[in-house]
Amino acid sequence: MNSVIQVRNLTKRYKDALALDGVSFDIEQDAIYGLLGRNGAGKTTAMSILTAQNLPTSGEVRVFGENPYENARVLSRMCFVRESQKYPDDATPRHAFAAARLFFPRWDQGLADELIDDFQLPLKRTIKKLSRGQLSAVGVIIGLASRAEVTFFDEPYLGLDAVARQIFYDRLLADYAEVPRTILLSSHLIDEVSNLIERVLLIDDGRIIMDESAEDARALATNVVGDAAAVDRAVNGREVIHREGLGRVASVTFLGRLDGAERAAVVADGLELAPVSLQQLIVRLTQQRSAGRPGADGFSSSNSGPDSSGSNISGTNTTDADTQEGSLR
Amino acid sequence: MDEGKPLFVQIAEQVEASILDGSIAEESQAPSTNELAVFHRINPATAAKGVNMLVDKGVLYKRRGIGMFVAPGARELLLKERRSDFAERYVQPLLAEARRIGLGPEDVADLVRTGAGAEPAKP
Repeated sequence: MNSVIQVRNLTKRYKDALALDGVSFDIEQDAIYGLLGRNGAGKTTAMSILTAQNLPTSGEVRVFGENPYENARVLSRMCFVRESQKYPDDATPRHAFAAARLFFPRWDQGLADELIDDFQLPLKRTIKKLSRGQLSAVGVIIGLASRAEVTFFDEPYLGLDAVARQIFYDRLLADYAEVPRTILLSSHLIDEVSNLIERVLLIDDGRIIMDESAEDARALATNVVGDAAAVDRAVNGREVIHREGLGRVASVTFLGRLDGAERAAVVADGLELAPVSLQQLIVRLTQQRSAGRPGADGFSSSNSGPDSSGSNISGTNTTDADTQEGSLR
Repeated sequence: MDEGKPLFVQIAEQVEASILDGSIAEESQAPSTNELAVFHRINPATAAKGVNMLVDKGVLYKRRGIGMFVAPGARELLLKERRSDFAERYVQPLLAEARRIGLGPEDVADLVRTGAGAEPAKP
């Protein structure tokens, strides 16, 4: 697979904060990525640097094989839709789209027109007077109709209501299917985007803690519920990332999967297995890291937890010969 | 969508279900990867993985330049597979639950017969 963006040891330091701490990753061509993580984790900083709106403190970024900084050739092939778009005072959506059409070589006006209709956007009202949802729609329409080879969406759909978000996701998928390109979506609404994305990049505290296919990420953890003693037997030796209890019933989430025999044993023991959604997994993992220790709610797992600095969660592709799927390095 | 199985497996199973119930006939065109992606609101790569799994299984085949078609004999293949999985997927859990609530195999057999509309063996 071709990688269209390469990031190596990227660090961004502000006076009193380390926004990105030596991150490295590749973005493969024509895949949809979910850039996930908490507020302040470093998502926007990373996107800004990749689109040359910000400079690294150290490290290297290559887009289409080149440094994007002040590189018109590269930048004209990219589109970055940010959460708060700024427009001139008297601009209308019509002006914004006209400008976008000039800037983006692959702009598709037919698609833009359909989207304007889908979102019921008033073209001639000044942008200042648009509702929050309408303002978000402007950004989203530009992002989609630009058909830029590399398109970043930095949570511009936060202003969109659930119906409008669904329109956005559906249109995104349909257009991506027709005109494949590289798309990076950052989002808090993890479960909403979970099925759309092909790969997950999870940033926490300026570090990449997961770089997986969405499918592997969705399979990373398992949840067992039932009698607490039986649950403890079932998760013995496992990397527990969350534990809850109510009376004698415990619900434990651990990294890893059960094979057929183990599943049968668990069921025979009267326990229930539940899948762990991507959102649940990510919440548990980032909660745990911010608490600095495993089992943030006070229960501790039987084994050592993840090293809270610089730990990494990986699925099947590791260089460690004896690392198993879903285990923490 | 159930979150237990990988998405691509769920997609493949839905296509298989359509083949089994006859809504997609053998030698007719199956939904394309993009159609499946858009319909189920999932990434096309995931849909493609499901489709490829069916091709590998011999349920679908590709006609160059046209698309994916249901292989002749696909329905029979799927029926055979489902029948051989039936005991493990349905009967074992049924018996396990029966055990938990104190029902023996004969009780279960009675319930099955009643459920199917026949007279029970014992009153």
